[in-house]
Amino acid sequence: MHTKIVQFILILILSPFLFGVINRTKAFFAGRKGSPLLQLYYDIFKLLRKGAVYSKTTTWIFVAGPIVSLSAVVIASALIPFTGYPSLISFDGDIVLFIYLLGLARFFTVMAALDTGSSFEGMGASREVQFAAFAEPSLFLSLAALARLTGSISLSGIFSSAVINSWAAFGPGIYLVFGAIFIVFLSENSRIPVDDPNTHLELTMIHEVMVLDHGGVDFAYILYGAAVKFWLLGTLLVSMFLGACSRGWGIDVAIFIFGMIFLAVIVGIVESVLARLRLLKVPHFLIIALALSVVALILTMR
Amino acid sequence: MNIVFCSLTIFIMSGLLALSLNRFVKLANYIGAIGAVCACVLGLSSLFIVYNSPGCAELSIPWFVPDGSLSVAIDSLGALFLFPIFILSALAALYGAEYLRHYYGKKNIGSAWFFFNLLIASMVLVVISRNAILFLLAWEMMSMSSFFLVLFEGEKKEAAQAGLIYLIAAQIGTLFLLAMFILLSKDSGSFDFPGSQITAPGFLHSIIFLCALIGFGTKAGFMPMHIWLPEAHPAAPSHVSAVMSGVMIKTGIYGLLRVINFLGTPCVWWGWLLIFIGIVSGIFGILFALAQQDLKRLLAYSSIENIGIISMGIGLGVLGMSMNNPTLIVLGFAGGLLHVINHAFFKGLLFLGAGVILHETGTRKIDLLGGLLKKMPVTGFCFLVGAAAICGLPVLNGFISEFLIYFASLKGIFGSGITVFVCLGIIASLALIGCLATVLILLIAALRQMLLKGRRVERVLTWDCGYAKPEARMQYTASSYVQPIADFFRGILRTQKHGPKISEYFPDVSFFKTETADLFSETVFRPALKFIHRLAERLTGVQHGQLHLYILYILFTLIALFIWKL
Amino acid sequence: MEMPIDFVIVTVLLMNLMMLSSSRIRTCIQIAAVQGILVGFMPVIIDIHSILPGIIIISFFSIILKGMIFPGLLFRALREANIRKEVEPLGGYPLSLLMGVLMFALSFWLTSRLEYAQPLISYLAAPVSFATFFTGALIIVSRMKAITQVIGYLVLENGIFLFGAVFLGAQSFLVELAILLDIFVAVFVMGIAIFHISREFDHIDTHKLSELKDLITKK
Repeated sequence: MHTKIVQFILILILSPFLFGVINRTKAFFAGRKGSPLLQLYYDIFKLLRKGAVYSKTTTWIFVAGPIVSLSAVVIASALIPFTGYPSLISFDGDIVLFIYLLGLARFFTVMAALDTGSSFEGMGASREVQFAAFAEPSLFLSLAALARLTGSISLSGIFSSAVINSWAAFGPGIYLVFGAIFIVFLSENSRIPVDDPNTHLELTMIHEVMVLDHGGVDFAYILYGAAVKFWLLGTLLVSMFLGACSRGWGIDVAIFIFGMIFLAVIVGIVESVLARLRLLKVPHFLIIALALSVVALILTMR
Repeated sequence: MNIVFCSLTIFIMSGLLALSLNRFVKLANYIGAIGAVCACVLGLSSLFIVYNSPGCAELSIPWFVPDGSLSVAIDSLGALFLFPIFILSALAALYGAEYLRHYYGKKNIGSAWFFFNLLIASMVLVVISRNAILFLLAWEMMSMSSFFLVLFEGEKKEAAQAGLIYLIAAQIGTLFLLAMFILLSKDSGSFDFPGSQITAPGFLHSIIFLCALIGFGTKAGFMPMHIWLPEAHPAAPSHVSAVMSGVMIKTGIYGLLRVINFLGTPCVWWGWLLIFIGIVSGIFGILFALAQQDLKRLLAYSSIENIGIISMGIGLGVLGMSMNNPTLIVLGFAGGLLHVINHAFFKGLLFLGAGVILHETGTRKIDLLGGLLKKMPVTGFCFLVGAAAICGLPVLNGFISEFLIYFASLKGIFGSGITVFVCLGIIASLALIGCLATVLILLIAALRQMLLKGRRVERVLTWDCGYAKPEARMQYTASSYVQPIADFFRGILRTQKHGPKISEYFPDVSFFKTETADLFSETVFRPALKFIHRLAERLTGVQHGQLHLYILYILFTLIALFIWKL
Repeated sequence: MEMPIDFVIVTVLLMNLMMLSSSRIRTCIQIAAVQGILVGFMPVIIDIHSILPGIIIISFFSIILKGMIFPGLLFRALREANIRKEVEPLGGYPLSLLMGVLMFALSFWLTSRLEYAQPLISYLAAPVSFATFFTGALIIVSRMKAITQVIGYLVLENGIFLFGAVFLGAQSFLVELAILLDIFVAVFVMGIAIFHISREFDHIDTHKLSELKDLITKK
């Protein structure tokens, strides 16, 4: 029980760190020095100390948006296992709850964005839900394929070590699932090639434009929620390779954290070498994830 | 059982009273509403009695119709459907009393209440009847009374059109049900409902199942037979739409379940067919819902989607029955039935909310609406809760039924068993998560409150990228919100866009209009009806208005019948 | 289960999907070529311990033909007919990708009903070879350009070859050779035809060939 709580807290503490790693990697590729690794922590604390400015058009939804989204994401992080050790709360079928909690977070972010009445935010919200309409099913089907493979339908069961064990018997299928989840991961966390977190051209932004009118404490919540979500979906990827071995809890956790940092580096590299897709091409990109996950699911149905 | 009869009597008596007191509008309105509410409460209380002692709710008396008796009963399946019927109807009646005040002097309030109460009474009768003839009578009464309610504003062209489509759909459905019941009585020898039979699925049973699927599916709104829903729901008054969409279409699901129960062990392909229909209704229903601009039409399409989800659950259950997999049976049927109840409540809520919006703003066009949460905070909040619930988001009821269906399909993939212990564990975990979520939301909100204390909180205009005077017309409309995804699925939705092509730098007054016709009614039903119409035109030669020839026809028919029988 | 074989087979499957979703003719040809090479290696990988010289020869020829000569011819045709445009599937890329996945599901279901005489080398081989076959057919049906139809034939042949290599063993290669020869002729004729069509009509869209009908009737 203690280790479970420690894992949960570790997720909450460590997740903003990964963004620093990504930025450092990108800076390295661009030949810059880059912002400090702990920049996101500084940003969040800075924002938490600020006052707030609200639009006259907004209602309580606008305030509730970041609060509910952050809570949903934090609850979801109680469901996600840590390097194959079971999560704080786990039960059969928590895959469904996990995906729906992310959906809840999105619902409220989108509602808050629409509440401002600004057409920019409307645009962002519209794109967000369009992409989610493709990303969510492929995430669900990928997890279903993994569940079918490992014979367990809880996240902790799937990632305990069963995925590692089925590599030998079922390598190709897991590669496909990995590909699908990686695409979903990039899209859900609004990274290149789906969305560019650095752009400040409103017409092409997706996630950033939705939160344009938020500031102060609310924006701190949003930034932190995004960081935790990055960790959650990243865990799905890293856990496919790193499972719990008998090296002891401490070592496993350390290895896992290094795995997450490695993932952040990979994302940084992807962002440095790839360009953003044209907005109309993004659905095609996500359809590929959907196709991969369907094929993986079919492959498991022998 | 007596209480249910009392409640049925109150329904009909209050309806008749409202009809006869039509001249005193206010009185008719209140009598109708109060009668409906009283009857519903009475009916609900009978359910509790049934719940406590399941055996007592049966009644069978001989009647004049051959082959069977006038028998009614409430069993657990029936009670499950009666529960939302009574609750939602009572709420809708309360709402309707207020809603119809708007129409004093313009409309016939008494008859509206008469048909409304008749509709509820017939729904109750459908669920409790245990005889095919009685069932069909109640079924027809239900279709007819709702047909007249759809025609409430029958002087409008689209309402009349909607009524006609609904009438035709209902009749086609009943036709199949008639065939189904005749086949069924052939099988069992009586028009009384047979008990559950365990026989091998034969060819006849498959035919019965298909007839039931088409007949009940037309009422429920399975995808190819759904076309009356998006027409009839917007035309009816909002409290009627709530009842129709919330519970009346569920009688189709009830009938399907009842018939499946008669047929013993089902074939495997029945389950797959139901799942397939569910998937098609779900995906296509929600896609077409996206492209709608009429709020109530959108809700009608969303009903089709939810019927699809219910059908998936039932399909999984049927699959479990045929494969003898108790896990799948329990989870599938539980998910489907729970979704029946859930959908009755949140769709009822949404339709009533849409009614308020229509009442206050005078329009159902979503694109013209905006900023309602500020003007109508209570309605807005309720509508938002309904919307979140219909999305199946956690913490609200829609999640649980969808969770069960997901769980059934995931478990179905593995074919592994489930114990009560696991179920309890899941329930406990879900409850824990619910509590945790509430606490966390409160904590985070409190943290925000604490942090903002003593700091400057300002209210300004929404930042709008340098526009000097942002106004409401610049808001993103619902159509623009769904445009990307509607465009992506343009092959299915076939949205027509109308508007002048802009060629100059400073265009004139411009307009833009989109409309999305129903795929099936355009590609399947319209051509089919055209064909029938052409065929019927050829027959017009027979009808020439000369009486003696008509009598000749009758004579020929009689002789033919004699020859056939002798 | 033999891991490398599974990987190769899944790669073949992914190549089908890539071909269905890619928009450039050049990419399509390249993928078809690589797929041909992969499939050509199949007979060798399957029986790595007891390779007959005949199998090596067949394998060698098919790799040379499908991996080098056919693509070369197609690229030449591209150059000479001066085709730059994209693939233009009927109904868009997402739809054809979806169709590809559906085809795979269908072939998975179909092959699960087959009964095999000998134990399977890989349970994926049959469905993927069927899917490849269907993908070829889909490309032929849904694409406008004559040259993409040739690519479709190539993919179709890859599917047949894969099936033959995995299930029929050595005796199938006579059939294989005949089909290869057919394809060879087909590519040749198509190449010439495309060249001439483009010289006469300035385009190689097959659906515009139907205009020829009018020309004849007018004359």
